[in-house]
Amino acid sequence: MQFFGSGPTVTAVDGITFDVEKGETVGIVGESGSGKTMTALSLLRLIPDPGKITNGKILFGNRDVVHMSDDDIREFRGSDVAMIFQDPMTSLNPVLRVGFQIEEAMAAHRRFTSKQAHDRVVPMMQRVRIPGAAQRVRDYPHQFSGGMRQRVMIAMGLSNEPSLLIADEPTTALDVTVQASIIELLRDLNRELGAAVILITHNLAVVASLCQRVIVMYAGRIVEEGPTRAIFKNPQHPYTWSLLRSIPRVDERQHEKLISISGLPPDLSNPPPGCKFHPRCRFRIDKCFTQEPSLDDVGGGQNARCWVLMKNVPAEEKGVQ
Amino acid sequence: MTAQAAQATPASAATAPLLRVENIVKHFAVGAGLFGHATVHAVDGVNLAIKTGETLGLVGESGCGKSTLGRVIVQLQPATSGQVFFEDIELTKLRGEKLRRTRQRMQMIFQDPYASLNPRMVVGDIIAEPLRNFGIARGRTAEKRVQEVMRVCGLNPNFINRYPHEFSGGQRQRIGIARALVLNPSFIVADEPVSALDVSIQAQIVNLMEDLQDRFHLTYLFIAHDLSVVNHMSDRIAVMYLGKIVEVGTTAEVRDKPLHPYTKVLQSSVPIPDPDLEMSRRPILLKGEIPSPVNPPSACRFHTRCPIAQPICSEVEPPLEMKEGGHLAACHFAGKL
Repeated sequence: MQFFGSGPTVTAVDGITFDVEKGETVGIVGESGSGKTMTALSLLRLIPDPGKITNGKILFGNRDVVHMSDDDIREFRGSDVAMIFQDPMTSLNPVLRVGFQIEEAMAAHRRFTSKQAHDRVVPMMQRVRIPGAAQRVRDYPHQFSGGMRQRVMIAMGLSNEPSLLIADEPTTALDVTVQASIIELLRDLNRELGAAVILITHNLAVVASLCQRVIVMYAGRIVEEGPTRAIFKNPQHPYTWSLLRSIPRVDERQHEKLISISGLPPDLSNPPPGCKFHPRCRFRIDKCFTQEPSLDDVGGGQNARCWVLMKNVPAEEKGVQ
Repeated sequence: MTAQAAQATPASAATAPLLRVENIVKHFAVGAGLFGHATVHAVDGVNLAIKTGETLGLVGESGCGKSTLGRVIVQLQPATSGQVFFEDIELTKLRGEKLRRTRQRMQMIFQDPYASLNPRMVVGDIIAEPLRNFGIARGRTAEKRVQEVMRVCGLNPNFINRYPHEFSGGQRQRIGIARALVLNPSFIVADEPVSALDVSIQAQIVNLMEDLQDRFHLTYLFIAHDLSVVNHMSDRIAVMYLGKIVEVGTTAEVRDKPLHPYTKVLQSSVPIPDPDLEMSRRPILLKGEIPSPVNPPSACRFHTRCPIAQPICSEVEPPLEMKEGGHLAACHFAGKL
């Protein structure tokens, strides 16, 4: 997936391959500019201009999303796959009642008759645990708090019974107690409705709490992926390893210095040769400067894109106290 | 009502407080309209003491008044009532030049490294400005001092003539820290200094702030919404809810034995990057939403959402008082959740 502007071409997402099973929860983690949001937007063909998917396939069941007609993609978005965003205020229309907006989301697709759509609004609001749903259906977005607005967005997203929900930083703008309730809600809905969830976030702890599988992105590439437990217990890519040691924990008892990753993520219009992480990597070897590693099976259901792998780094070299 | 809280620093520490806040109230008038105006009770009777060389973490959710409290402490905003003592000087009484002079020794670091630096000034001038303002150094001496603090803050001193936009977010935060440090302050209020930064950059800034503290014997008021960063950085933690301090204790006390139900809720809400732990852990979810500071609930302000509230909680305000050791909490049922 590339951006063609007046300047150099930016390859925002480069050769990403992954799949999501029915009902699975997958976390895509990365920092700003890692390509995590562009990956998600690609899945719905929502990439902003001047971006383009230049290569690759996106299969939903056996349907090819990249080559869908405009009518088909319109039906696909919102009915098969729904997406919720970071800022629920800018995603809702401020001059329309929330009930109407939820109903409209169903009316735009063919899954329900208008009578059914109308009758489903309040139950959908109840399903996302909006208290007093029957009364609040006539309220406007500004009458809702940030957390409740995000619930409205989730109700809209789930109203057509999609089999996949993509949530792009759904809790980043919210307070931590509200974040906790939204994460709980997503967990419950995933169980109740069986919809798969792709959670895009910079917050590793949120992934640990919600997702069965993790994809770690860096500079437009997947650098590591695998079952959440394996990735957190036994990260093989130096980026994942360092990232996990760079975040303080609320249950931290002994004060240990955080591992900081020196430098900055690369400029994607002019990425470094070799492994894209090598300028910041403390475990690099000569090969890393010139040759880019591929994403390979490293055992335990994990894949990592690294010439070194953390399991081959002696403990004293890791410098962990 | 809570005067004892001011002296209530742990008995083990013999050091006198560097900063003392007594009964600080900050109200804002809003919406002067047809029906008169409403008052936002941003900070409502706060007592705090910060000892020389320690980091006091101030944690709370948006709108709890933690930033306002920070700004009132360094006198960026006048308090509605109450007193702030810095090195035993009553700041709240000082005006004009005297206040300005005293404030040299207290500096502030802001959240947004994009908005807090003048885009039309080169970095050298941004960092040197406090030196010039106080007539401490100019010309070559100022430049030398600027290069020195830049180096200390991990910035390349050769970049002295660059503009803020030429730096990344993390580097800009370093510029903000260098500017705060150039006057050799003893006390720094850091208001969410890492929350706008990427994860890998946050650790750089946290580590830098710790190094600087050791090197220059700094005292920090570290304001943040993220309890995990606060837990990592602080010697003691104060928890704020709707304009009031509800709990103060050492980091270990607050972490291992939170007394106020709100602290407990906050703690349980922060996810831990450990899937096994997360599997066995569920947050305590709060009912309702944070009430408006224009019309805060009676008595204990948390009673409308508290999982263990009793009738007394809406009738009698619990004072912030010593529960055990130096651990303070403002709750009728401290430690019961």
